[in-house]
Amino acid sequence: MSQFLEALIRGLGTGSVYALLALGFVIIYKATRVISFAQPAFMLTGAVLTSYLVPAMGFVLFTGLSFLLSVTTAALLTGALALVIERVAVRPMVGKAVFTIAIITLGIDIAVRVVVNGYIGIGARPIGFPWGIDTIELLGLSIQIRHLVMMGTVVVVGLALYAFFQKSPFGLAMRAAAFDQEAAMTQGVSVGSVFATSWALAGALAAIAGSLLATSAGVDRQLWVIALVALPAIILGGLDSLEGAVIGGLAVGVVEALVSTYQRDYAPWLGDNAATVAPYALMLVVLLARPYGLFGTPEVRRV
Amino acid sequence: MLAVRNLEVVYDDSVLALRGVSLEIPDQRIVALLGSNGAGKTSLLRALTGLLDVHDGEVTKGEVSLDGQDLRRTRPEKIVKSGVRQVMEGRRVFVELSVEENLRVGGHTTRGRISTNLERVYSLFPVLADRRAKTAGYLSGGEQQMLAMGRAMMSDPRYLLLDEPSLGLAPLMVESIRDVIVEINATGTGILLVEQNATMALSVAHHGYVLETGRVVLDKPAEALLADDDVREFYLGLHPGEDGVRKSFRDTKHYRRKKRWSA
Repeated sequence: MSQFLEALIRGLGTGSVYALLALGFVIIYKATRVISFAQPAFMLTGAVLTSYLVPAMGFVLFTGLSFLLSVTTAALLTGALALVIERVAVRPMVGKAVFTIAIITLGIDIAVRVVVNGYIGIGARPIGFPWGIDTIELLGLSIQIRHLVMMGTVVVVGLALYAFFQKSPFGLAMRAAAFDQEAAMTQGVSVGSVFATSWALAGALAAIAGSLLATSAGVDRQLWVIALVALPAIILGGLDSLEGAVIGGLAVGVVEALVSTYQRDYAPWLGDNAATVAPYALMLVVLLARPYGLFGTPEVRRV
Repeated sequence: MLAVRNLEVVYDDSVLALRGVSLEIPDQRIVALLGSNGAGKTSLLRALTGLLDVHDGEVTKGEVSLDGQDLRRTRPEKIVKSGVRQVMEGRRVFVELSVEENLRVGGHTTRGRISTNLERVYSLFPVLADRRAKTAGYLSGGEQQMLAMGRAMMSDPRYLLLDEPSLGLAPLMVESIRDVIVEINATGTGILLVEQNATMALSVAHHGYVLETGRVVLDKPAEALLADDDVREFYLGLHPGEDGVRKSFRDTKHYRRKKRWSA
């Protein structure tokens, strides 16, 4: 039982990070109808920025606080970078085919990663997370502190996003623009700033996710690959649903953790890396039952 | 005064939608714009509100101006801020948002005065006040039209451009929409009423234009248009000289042929 609960918490921890990444994808998709493949690059950028900022902020009261401040700053900087990139490389393409824009984001991803790789070096850069992979005992379970931090982060970020989209005038305008862009324009909503905000938000979320992911082994050049796990998460939850992104991310994390814990005992014939494949298998099953994802809007049209 | 002069609009560099249209919307007046499908009415509204770009259209000749200031390069949100609001054809309410959220989005450019504007819109459309927490998609067609108009009134515009507000509505609903248009106009908002329902439009308008295949073919005060033989035939469906008598289907054919000749 305790093995199961520990696996569950581990899964919810990494799942929280997937949720943050998935939220970024969904926010951009809702605003622009494009899946931005630049998210992995922003994730890497955020992690690298944090790894440089933590030592620079070593002076702050206690170690946990300096990490928090560094991640926040990295998120803001990455958000600003995403904003600029959207303005320069993506905005001129608005109105062109979605596929074209998606390919451009792929190019942005590669370009940004090449630049950022220069600041990583050959091996892994330590991120400066004060607790590393230390565990604490809680109710008889040994839990990694970083997993608790991840879960806490997704709760805080989720509530902040909920407040933004439900309560603030600009969040409301963004939701309106997601339903009907032209109608939103006739209300005086600047669709350009909606696009820019969605990119900035997604960039910041990716930066937080990257920093948290790097807490175990540091930042290396392969870190970005993990962002791709967000794809089954968003397809699972439904491309256009924020709740779906969170739940999809958590589900992917939990399935991964459970499979890696139990598969060796119960289904050894699956081989060593079944846990890596598990999210995609889960995605397939869900798509068979609900092609628009768990929380996505079914495309219903009267003709 | 909101005006276009010699306006030419081209879509996709190839389709000529408007060919030299001139039209004026003076302050606090109701101007009717009549015309059949494809005449260019919606293109004209898009040119006035900066939405041509979305449809790959552009103004190739002529002027679009508000109080003499050029609007051709102005972005849609700036045009809304300067007091020109369009209610698009087909209502286009945000179906998944509540009625009140729809209205709040409508007040996006005048955020400081949201609560006073909400009061005003609710008193203009009491039915919206009853439904304020309801999801907009579940409103009836007429209620959605009122929501679309109320949403536009949230920024207290100087000019309201209505694209076929009577489309697909029951006759009683058309009447109440017409009454609201008069009421909005009475508070000082200039109105451009684009309609296929000529009877309704001309019954409230001060001035009217008739658009055919991208050209203004008639430009007269509303009473003069109501008396015009061609308008009576083609837009009101009346025999010349025979008030209120509907023509038979056999004759319709004849008139349609005649219209093609004249166009």
